[in-house]
Amino acid sequence: MAESQATQRPRKIGEGPGRLIVSLYAVFTVAAGSRSLYQLIAQFHEAPLAYVLSAVAAVVYAFITVTLVRGGESARRLAMVCCAVELAGVLVVGTLTIVDSSAFPDQTVWSYYGMGYLFVPLVLPVTGMLWLRRAAPQRVSAGRAQA
Amino acid sequence: MIGALTVAVTVAALLIAAWCGYATARDQSTKDWHFIGMAVVSVLALAQLVVGIVELAGGHKPHGGTVIFVAYLLGAALTVPAAGFMSLLERTRWGSATVAAGGVILAVLQVRLLDIWGGGHG
Repeated sequence: MAESQATQRPRKIGEGPGRLIVSLYAVFTVAAGSRSLYQLIAQFHEAPLAYVLSAVAAVVYAFITVTLVRGGESARRLAMVCCAVELAGVLVVGTLTIVDSSAFPDQTVWSYYGMGYLFVPLVLPVTGMLWLRRAAPQRVSAGRAQA
Repeated sequence: MIGALTVAVTVAALLIAAWCGYATARDQSTKDWHFIGMAVVSVLALAQLVVGIVELAGGHKPHGGTVIFVAYLLGAALTVPAAGFMSLLERTRWGSATVAAGGVILAVLQVRLLDIWGGGHG
């Protein structure tokens, strides 16, 4: 893999398949962001934890979107960390909603592993991390370049 | 009225998703014809936005709340144009894949829209 790609111009993380991933993250930023904004303003008292969590999810999505668009190696690493945070969030909240649904009286993007959003919140961080890993500086050629 | 438009937008959205998904599978970028298709879908979604606002002005109270209903209408109207813009930036199969994803997202938004409007009584 690295051998054949070493001759090509290294692809930026926001291009190619990355463009699709950026688009999906942008959609989820808007979805989680507008949802939490509305909930925090209109019905905060009903389920503060769930709504604050929606807001946190929105911030994570927004951050990953911006990082992917900006590109670069440090951005790639940051995005990787955020994807891991996102995946952990989906797994923890998803499990909590199943084990103790009273903890989250209202839906968030991460409830039931993102079922209300076709499980995209669960698939997206995994896809994101796979893509970020592939977009890493090529190891074989980088071995020469780094030295 | 809004119900019929919702069905039309959903069908059009799924068609554009399938068409651009096909382009992705054949390793092709979006072409002029795809953009014409996207324009058709966008016009339908815009018509839905206008009709939705007119019906709200006529006194209909959406089941799920007026603010949420308008937010979804706006989101639906913007989805395909935004995906089309991304596919202009990305002249590869991944641009087509982005439009395909946009079509699916629009179809999902339509299902939610009907829910919010009042469980299909539109």
